[in-house]
Parts: sequence; C-alpha cells; structure tokens
Amino acid sequence: MANELIRIDNLRKDYHVGDFTVHALRHVSLTIDRGTYVAIMGPSGSGKSTFMNILGCLDKPSAGTYHLDEVSIGELDRDELADIRNRKIGFVFQQFNLLARTTALENVELPLLYADGDKSKFKERAMAALTAVGLDNRADHHPSQLSGGQQQRVAIARSLINNPRLILADEPTGALDSKTSVEIMAIFQRLNREQGISIVVVTHEPDIAHYADRIITFKDGKVLTDELVAEPRNAKRELEQWVTEDEEEPAA
Amino acid sequence: MNKVLQSMRIAFRALRVNKLRSALTMLGIIIGVGAVIAMVAVGSGATARIQEQIASIGSNVIIIQPGSQNFGGVKSGNTFTQTLTEDDARAVSTECPNVLYTAPLQQGNAQVIFGNNNWFTQVRGTTPDYLAIRDMEIQTGQPFTQGDVDSSAKVALLGKTVVDNLFNGGDPIGQIIRIKKVPFTVVGVLAPKGQSPTGQDQDDVIIMPISTAKKKVVGGRQNNMLTVGQILVQAREGGTKFAVTEIQGLLRQRHRLQPNQDDDFDVRNLEEVYAAQESSAEVMSILLASIASVSLIVGGIGIMNIMLVSVTERTKEIGLRQAVGAKTKDILAQFLVEAVTLSVLGGTIGIILGVAASLLISYFAQWATFVSIGSIVLAFLFSGLVGVFFGFYPARKAAFLDPIEALRYE
Repeated sequence: MANELIRIDNLRKDYHVGDFTVHALRHVSLTIDRGTYVAIMGPSGSGKSTFMNILGCLDKPSAGTYHLDEVSIGELDRDELADIRNRKIGFVFQQFNLLARTTALENVELPLLYADGDKSKFKERAMAALTAVGLDNRADHHPSQLSGGQQQRVAIARSLINNPRLILADEPTGALDSKTSVEIMAIFQRLNREQGISIVVVTHEPDIAHYADRIITFKDGKVLTDELVAEPRNAKRELEQWVTEDEEEPAA
Repeated sequence: MNKVLQSMRIAFRALRVNKLRSALTMLGIIIGVGAVIAMVAVGSGATARIQEQIASIGSNVIIIQPGSQNFGGVKSGNTFTQTLTEDDARAVSTECPNVLYTAPLQQGNAQVIFGNNNWFTQVRGTTPDYLAIRDMEIQTGQPFTQGDVDSSAKVALLGKTVVDNLFNGGDPIGQIIRIKKVPFTVVGVLAPKGQSPTGQDQDDVIIMPISTAKKKVVGGRQNNMLTVGQILVQAREGGTKFAVTEIQGLLRQRHRLQPNQDDDFDVRNLEEVYAAQESSAEVMSILLASIASVSLIVGGIGIMNIMLVSVTERTKEIGLRQAVGAKTKDILAQFLVEAVTLSVLGGTIGIILGVAASLLISYFAQWATFVSIGSIVLAFLFSGLVGVFFGFYPARKAAFLDPIEALRYE
C-alpha cells in the first residue's frame, strides 16, 4: 500500500454535450507504484487525455476514486487541487508553455511563487534545477533565445522545482526532432532511475513509449493493454551511439 | 502581507513583459487625472482669487444704481433712466444712521494726453469719500478735497496703469495732462490694486472731482447736470443690512414712489455681488472637474478593455499558472494588482502632467491656478479605485478559467 503512488478504482468520467453524454472513461482501475516510469498510449478519443487530466488533478472523476499519495482527489475543491498540483505534480507539455520574455530562471521559479511553504532561496533552488538539466549557463536567456530542446529542459527543471512525487508529461517530444527527443528521454530515464521520481508520459508514438518500463494502452475509454516493457530502450546509450555515428561520417 | 507582496511581484513581472501595452493602457488614466488636476486647479485659482478680492474690496460697501435691475457687478455709467441725483447722495449721507460714507459717482471713458503719449482710460468723477469706500490709497501726492469739488477744480488722481502709459517712469505729481483738451493737474497717484474679480484692471483709472467731471469730461448725454450714474455707500460695521433698508426707504420717499410701484433704483451689497461670483466660480469649478472626471471613467474603461484583451491573450499562460499551482485567488490578485498598478502609475504621471499644465496655464493665460495637496491625494485614491473597480471583471474572468480549457486554448 505504502508503495502505491497512484491508486485508481473504478474510475468513470462523463462529459455532457448538449443532450448527449460522452463516456470518456469507463471502469478504469489500476495502480502505479512509486518510482516507476509509465507510458500511456492510445488513439484520439481513447480517453488517454481525459485520464491524464484526472491524473494531473486538473479534473475530477464523475465516479470512482483516485488516490494520489494516499489522498483522495475526488473530494478536493478547486483550490485544494491547485495546492496538490503545486506540491506533488510536475507538468511537462508538448508546447513547453514557458512564459515569454521571461528568463529561464524566472520560468523555473514560477511554481515557487504559488507554494505555501518556505519562500526563501528562490534563485538557488531554481539554479539547482537548471543545473540538473544542464542549462545553468543559460539561466538568463529568454525562451526565444533557446532551442526547442533547451526550452523543454527548462520546462522539466520547472516541473522539478517543488520536488514532486510525479512528473506528468504530455507528448513531451512532439515538437522536437529525433535526436533532441532522445536527449529528453535520457533526462527522464535519469530522473527516474537515479532519483526515483515517478514519471508518466502520454504519447502516441510507440518509439517514445518504449523508453518506459510499463505501457498502458487505452481504447474507447477503457484500458486495453497494460504490460511491462521487456527491454526498455536506453536513451543514454543511444545518444552515445549517435555521437560516434556523427564522428564516423564517411568521406564523400 | 507576504502574499500581497508575492502578488505584486508576479504582477510587476507580468507588466514588465509587455511595456508597450502597459503604457497604452495607462494613457487613459494619465489624461483623465491630468485633466482633473488642471481643471480643479483653474477652478480653485479663480475661487481663491475672488476670495482675495472680497477681502481686499472693503466690506460693507453698497452700490446704489438707477433702474430697477442690474446684473453682475459694478457697471459703467450707461444709464437708461436718470433717477439718482447728487441730492439723493447727500440725503443718504445725512439721514441714514447706518451709513458711514457716501460718494456719488459719474463714469465715462476718455482719451488722456501727456506730451507724446496718449492713453484711453476710464474717468470717474466723485467725492473724496470714494477713496475710503473703495479702500483705495494714495501712493504719492494727495487726494483732492471737498473744496476741489465745490470749486470744480481741474485736478486728477491717476492709477498706476495710466501713469505707466503716460509718464515713462517720470514723476507725474504736479504735471499737466489733457483730458478732452482740458488741462488737469495731477495731484496724486493711487496705490496699485491689480485685477478685479471681473477681470478688469483696477489701476487703469483717473479719479477727479465729480463737478469737474460733469462739466468738462463726462458731459453730453445727461439732460440734467444733477444726476449721477451711481452712489457708493459704506455702511457701519455690522449695519449693512440696516443701511440697505434705510436707503431704500429714503429713496422711495424722495422719489415719491407709491407702495405698488417698484423701486426705480437698485441697492446692492457689493459683498453679495462678489459672493455670487464666487459661488458661480465654484459651480464652474465643479462643472469642469465633473467633465474632466468623465475622462477618468473613460480611462478606467480603457483599463478594463485592455485587461480583458490581455486575459484572452494570456489564456494559455493562465492555464499554465493554474497547472503549477496558482489558486483562484492567486490569479485574481495578480490581475487586480496589475490593474491597480497601471491605474496608480498612470495616476501619478497624470498628477505630474496636471500640475505642469496648471503652471503652463497660469503662465501663458495669466489665470490664477492653485493645486492643493487635497486634490493630489484624492487623485491618487481615485486612480487606485478606478484600477480596482475596472480591473475586477477581467481579473475575475481570469481567475475562474478552467485550467484544462485554458491549456488547450490556441
């Protein structure tokens, strides 16, 4: 029990559109232990986005329960949900969602501004997070001065600043080229394996999903498959190979 | 308190990001506050000036004019009916116990010449008590006497403006000036008095015995040499009301008016006249301030509109803030502080510009202006209120956005 980060029992989510009711999620039950790296897949309309919203405490179930870190989310009000998001969850988005014309450092600091606890040492903590993603030398850059990969790394640093239990990434590599995507995957795997941070990545690309330890596939609002990955891809090794390949460019 | 500082920090950062938009948003408030400050300053200046004049005019002064109606203050000697006489003046002087001084007055305009200079000015024929009633002092020389009146002596007292325009700095005492070809000896110069509440130059005047004035200067239109254009009276301290009643009674009797007939004269307390002007200046002041306040409201609406646009443009950003933990009140506070910052900053700039405008107006238009600390404090408070009031709706809109919808916004 104590090892469970997420416990979902008989989750249902319905949307009312005019006279219709859309059953976005029906009877979903699953658990995710602390320190695991999970990928969620499924076509559009499968309910994976809805599931992710509930997982991220942006939305509440219509029926059933969702326990995050042993707290039942369904009973919380708007502000309490915001508090949970601030303390326990780090978001990474496909479009990065950084504040424009604001430095990387200030972007990373953002969740601290809304935290209830200790307000000291913003700068130090933000710099530490940037260092963890290798961007300490670009702390004063604006997003417009950063590449896509760098922006996403800033976003990851931001998601880490409050020491969350869970990082929730929605198509984190959707706007990045292949090599940069692998770099991002490397960061996620490092955070998961070295620091034990639980990671949930939502993606429609099987390649990206295979960096995770477990893949859950949704279809028509239900879990279709839920399997461990036999041999997850190793992003770090792939990057090393990439480099040697670049160096081995055959002469024209 | 800490939370307030936090909100301010968040808000200032956000405003800094788009300086141009912030500046444009403030423009309405800047103009509004600036206009109110300047208009109120003009109004206050006018009111203060009138109050000064009332204090300087000598109180308890009563004007008696022929005809039954007269608007505004002291008028010149164009009379439609000649019903007041010098005898009336003498009677008022002797038979009204609450009357201290009396002076008959006959006015006209004339060209005055000295050497190569000439000047067109107002000539007042009166008796020596006029100076006491009008609180006029002699700066150099001497006033004329009752004897001069009796003998129709050709003597004159000059106001400073007349002296400046005729004598180029020389001493006028004892010099001969010509008025309508008649030579007059200057016996005194009046101490300067400045502008009257009606904007007239009180120093642009020549005062001479009434007898001389009628014979040599201001004659012509009258059929009867005994009539006067005005009688000025100074009442005893505290006895102004009584004096008015006494004068009215006396003149009705002398003019043989029946009980059903209106007065064929007008008795008016000078202080009332100026007080009326003061209150109309105040009304003007309030009117100006109200009109200028409209621009303040427009400024506030401007803030609201720009903030609404800003909220829409920043929908995704708001969603992001909510996702990382901003509560409803955090977003509300952020946008309210943004609005109030804009309005107070705009108000401050507006106050500075308004004060500058007041100074320019008083310098170039020669109108009195007066910026009070009270009006500045009020302007500050008002700009703050405008920010809170007009920023509330956009702030609320932002705070109650659904994070999922907001994040999805394109």
